[in-house]
Amino acid sequence: MEIKGKAIAFGDDINTDVIIPSKYLTTLDPDELAKHAMEGLDPKFYEKAREGVIIVAGKNFGCGSSREHAPIALKHAGVRCVVAKSFARIFYRNAINIGLPVVECPSILEKTNDGDELLVDLAEGEILNLTKNLRLQASKLPSFILEIISADGLVEHLKRRLEKDGKL
Amino acid sequence: MNISEKILARASGRKEVSPGEIVEANVDMAMVNDITGPLAIETFHKIGVKKVWDNNRIVMVLDHQVPADSAKSAELHKIMRKFAREQNIPHFYDVGFGGVCHQVMVEKGHVRPGELIVGADSHTCTYGALGAFGTGIGSTEMAAVFATGKIWLKVPETIKINVSGEFQNFVGAKDLILNVIGQLGADGANYKAMEFDGPVIKNMNISERLTICNMAVEAGAKTGIINPDEKVMAYVKSRTEKPIEPLKSDEDAKYEKVVDLDVGSLEPQVACPSSVDNVKPVSEVEGIPVDQAFVGSCTNGRIEDLRIVAEIVKGKKVKSGVRFIVTPASHEVYLQALREGVLETLAKAGACICNPTCGACFGGHMGLLADGETCISSSNRNFTGRMGSPKAKIYLASPATVAASALKGEITDPRRL
Repeated sequence: MEIKGKAIAFGDDINTDVIIPSKYLTTLDPDELAKHAMEGLDPKFYEKAREGVIIVAGKNFGCGSSREHAPIALKHAGVRCVVAKSFARIFYRNAINIGLPVVECPSILEKTNDGDELLVDLAEGEILNLTKNLRLQASKLPSFILEIISADGLVEHLKRRLEKDGKL
Repeated sequence: MNISEKILARASGRKEVSPGEIVEANVDMAMVNDITGPLAIETFHKIGVKKVWDNNRIVMVLDHQVPADSAKSAELHKIMRKFAREQNIPHFYDVGFGGVCHQVMVEKGHVRPGELIVGADSHTCTYGALGAFGTGIGSTEMAAVFATGKIWLKVPETIKINVSGEFQNFVGAKDLILNVIGQLGADGANYKAMEFDGPVIKNMNISERLTICNMAVEAGAKTGIINPDEKVMAYVKSRTEKPIEPLKSDEDAKYEKVVDLDVGSLEPQVACPSSVDNVKPVSEVEGIPVDQAFVGSCTNGRIEDLRIVAEIVKGKKVKSGVRFIVTPASHEVYLQALREGVLETLAKAGACICNPTCGACFGGHMGLLADGETCISSSNRNFTGRMGSPKAKIYLASPATVAASALKGEITDPRRL
């Protein structure tokens, strides 16, 4: 699985309250959530993300609450993948479960500028910075996680499994 | 094995597990609230399974926006009520019967030592105070648990924190856990379990232990946990008749690292804007003016917290210009505080007493902040925009420090009142 997009850079400890503030959690509409993604940090984020982007960030991306509205807002705003130095664990699971690829890459922030063109190879755990012509090592996702992502999330993955077992 | 490993081994039907292994575990209890529940329910319907795996093992609590603060919240509550009816879920706590989900889980006997509990709320780690492995998950994952009763988990490494010494007056559990988070950092325990031990922890009551484990997630931890002792067994037995099978860490259990702390010289601690690991002793921030003081939340909204606050404000008045918001963590806490006269003491001092809800803590309603305002809060997060305006500042502290600050109108060391 390969993902291409322009980088939008953020720092360390980007928490779920800034990814999607609690005042918007009364809606279940993904497109409505998307309009407010990251608005506290960058009011133009939604506009920028529409073209399809890759977020690059520092350590502990997605720390804080368990709200799945956070990865949903990012995905529906146009984020194709998040590459961070590290992730908070609940956000990491949530992102995979809704089919938003997440990749750990220790050197990503140092080697990437806002607007750089990136190519992420999920299966190989490799990132190409096409603008700077750099190859970066990222963590390889275990095969069962890749399966969930390629099914566009846990729901489809589980449906397939339950159908196979004759439980649906 | 340590207690976390033992619980995950039991839940996955294995004799032994070790850190790094991925296990498929059977969930003992699963909890959702009115923010994460509706999304889990919608996703459950998408999976296409007709009935939940076990209606008696699901707990549903309305707590974040209660009573409904908007028509949109009311719609979310309606989705929850309908699902509870359709699926015949007995443990459904509606407005007026519950309170903040984690406090309700503990009070109603849904948290039992040795069990694996998942909750669609990050502070599910609170349950470790009673020797259960509690961990937060998202709504989609909860939908899968509703359908199958199973979840995959990576067995975490464990950091053991040994606490000894004697607290000074008006210094306690909240100050200790803030200090630990300050030392470890916001991701210092990411993916790991934090096990608390030592004479100070053994001396703590249940409420204090809940405060400690509640905030483990603020260091990134998968859970915070304490080996259950006779205090825990007595508490749980008073709350449930279900059988209890406690598990405890072996003498030779392995830990990724062991941190030794002495609380003897610990000052009251304050987490400064805008991250929970930006922790300073109160002496470094004393005198900062506050517009609002908040006591409540799953961290510090229990009867023991309200008693300390009442002791401090009794016969006094909150500083003019300060809104003092008190939100008991549950209906039971509210009733107990009412019976003891605690609510009267607080109200006479100028506190605005709210109904049990997450309310101001998560920035939903009941005491939000305007641009440029400052709040000192007994809750668990001080992120930008957490309690309303992104231009407001939040300081986290113990109920004692919050109460003292409400009286003075500025951040105040409760030992010096």
